[in-house]
Amino acid sequence: MSAVAKLVSGTHFGEDLDHHSKCVPDTNFEARLSHLDWLESEAIHIMREVVAETRNPALLFSGGKDSIVMLRVAQKAFRPDRFPFPLLHIDTEHNFPEVTAFRDARAAELGERLIVRSVGESIRAGRVKLRRPDESRNVHQTVTLLDAVKEFEFDALFGGARRDEEKARAKERILSHRDEFGQWDPRNQRPELWSLYNARLAPGEHLRVFPLSNWTELDIWQYIEREGLAVPRIYYAHDREVVERNGLLAPVTELTPPRPGETVVTRRVRFRTVGDITCTCPVASNAGNTDAIIAETATATVTERGATRMDDQTSDASMELRKREGYF
Amino acid sequence: MSQALNLIAGDVLRFTTAGSVDDGKSTLIGRLLLDAKGLLEDQLAAVARTTARRGDTGMDLSLFTDGLTLEREQGITIDVAYRYFATPRRRFIIADNPGHEQYTRNMVTGSSTADVSVILVDATRGISQQTRRHAAVASLLAIPRVVVAVNKMDQVGWDRAVFEKIAADFAGVAQSLGIRGVKLIPLSALEGDMVVTRGDRLDWYTGPTLLEVLETADAGQPSGHLRFPVQLVSRSRFGKGEEHRGYMGRVESGTIRVGDTVVAWPLGLEARVADIVTLDGTLRAASAGRSITVVLDRQVDVARGDLLSHAHDAPSVVRRFDARLTWLDREPLAQGRRYWLKHGTQTVRASIETLHSRLDLTTLKPVSDAATLAFNDIGTARIVTGRALIADTYAHNRATGSFILIDEATNHTVAGGMISRLEHG
Repeated sequence: MSAVAKLVSGTHFGEDLDHHSKCVPDTNFEARLSHLDWLESEAIHIMREVVAETRNPALLFSGGKDSIVMLRVAQKAFRPDRFPFPLLHIDTEHNFPEVTAFRDARAAELGERLIVRSVGESIRAGRVKLRRPDESRNVHQTVTLLDAVKEFEFDALFGGARRDEEKARAKERILSHRDEFGQWDPRNQRPELWSLYNARLAPGEHLRVFPLSNWTELDIWQYIEREGLAVPRIYYAHDREVVERNGLLAPVTELTPPRPGETVVTRRVRFRTVGDITCTCPVASNAGNTDAIIAETATATVTERGATRMDDQTSDASMELRKREGYF
Repeated sequence: MSQALNLIAGDVLRFTTAGSVDDGKSTLIGRLLLDAKGLLEDQLAAVARTTARRGDTGMDLSLFTDGLTLEREQGITIDVAYRYFATPRRRFIIADNPGHEQYTRNMVTGSSTADVSVILVDATRGISQQTRRHAAVASLLAIPRVVVAVNKMDQVGWDRAVFEKIAADFAGVAQSLGIRGVKLIPLSALEGDMVVTRGDRLDWYTGPTLLEVLETADAGQPSGHLRFPVQLVSRSRFGKGEEHRGYMGRVESGTIRVGDTVVAWPLGLEARVADIVTLDGTLRAASAGRSITVVLDRQVDVARGDLLSHAHDAPSVVRRFDARLTWLDREPLAQGRRYWLKHGTQTVRASIETLHSRLDLTTLKPVSDAATLAFNDIGTARIVTGRALIADTYAHNRATGSFILIDEATNHTVAGGMISRLEHG
């Protein structure tokens, strides 16, 4: 049985909540929750609040590690019931095939509905125009995403973004309000007090909801380890053809061939993030399992996005600019 | 359990930092992160680049926390920034609050979830108007522990007398606000003394460093009485035989145990806890902070917005109460206007029946002839709601004593409220 299959053995929704077959030990009444239990309980609480207070939410699921954790939290929040929302992926069509395959398999194993909308379709429909054919499609996901919000009339999108990822994210609320153009106004955010989330919207507006706001990269890996979650293979160390570019290791693929003068080398690498191929770089690593990744993450000397994302290097403020326009 | 899971054990402490514009608050956080190894090479490199571009030397630690373009352009902090670091003892979540007067609403936001408030005082300037405001917010939000970080000791020659003068002045502020158990620490965010390491220039100070205080402070709400607000009701089959509903929610305080007799409010129906369900199996008990699904031994009428408690320490069911309000919107409070009031998992209609007073932040005394509350004002008001709330006073319970007001027209969160007196009957 694959690791993924083991997670969700059985096909009906009550299976993994068979509480007569096992009983976990008493929690210690006096002790505070461990940090992972605390983070998990907070995320469950947020998901349940938003489900109760919005009409038509969706959960953004890419097959990446943060969204894998989001699915686990959704199981914890709602099983034995089905998820009260579909899964949504905005596919640049430039994703790693291992990740796309994982996405589909995981959604099927959970028995949940997965909606995929692609940037390629948006380009073919004339909704997105690239400046040049090899321009990264990453930024253009915004158009496709907002089109999907309109098409399905979603009023809340759960995302796996974390505040420790990036400076602009560090300032974002857990429930982040978007106007009818999908824009984020960082100077006019709703104050968020206690655990009292304001989910009220005017027609055409929507919320981005980030239940993992308070998690760090290390928490994500510790949780993946604790819960025994499967992740796409490319998160673990493997041999890959890369070129060195701007201090990063750029993967050599059909979409990203070496540039003139660059030397292709095979290196032992893993991905810390698995976004669009054209702007996601692996890091040198020998970490072949989750334990080793946790050890590496705990002693990492470079941030997750700094090590892996070409799109964030253009300027100190590039994430903030994209977010203002409606990016994830 | 694997070794890796033990890398960082311990619980979570949330703390907030508040200071005036030039108190060096962002520098202090930068220092904490740097010395506790919470900063990574590329962040350090980016800060060094920006510092150099501005023509400065060294490293401007405040650049770690000022995240928005405008903040970097103006060299100020506009919005709450959340930061994370860990030591072998516990995990820390910092809500870094801007110090400007006009952004007090963000300070209230950052303080509402804090276990500890770190208030910065500039040793070269002493207690300021902003210090009083920060202390007032810490007191208003009942943050369990207040720490005063007397910063820039390097600029006053590490002088003990300067520190002791500030300590005496702050004692007066604390007394008028009813803040107890304040810890004062002399330090230098710039040089690092008494932040994470002791340094050797403050040898006359024998108390703990800032990090030592943070590592040992109590975290979270004291267990208290059981309060379980119901978020959602699942109609799936829980339990063995007949259909039982699952009440989903998070234990906000106290402990719920299988076999307990609980009361479902507002109807006051009694039932016994048959099961506490999680994806990982059933629990015999669950305490504050844990999200669970509760199954009762009989069908009772319970919906979202209702609350489970024990019979012997029941909350109040009220439609009228007094509350401290902190006004967060540019449009001032309008008496008699209807607002949405969100309390726990319930949203009801509400209006402000009487505005009792506004707090004068200079004298820290209430002014009784206030006509309204404007942006950043703090006051006390009588509130009436369209449906009953199941509530406690804020002093008794942070979760069931707090609420927000939402403007019906703009959907803005216009006020944070803390219930100070419940009117029964």
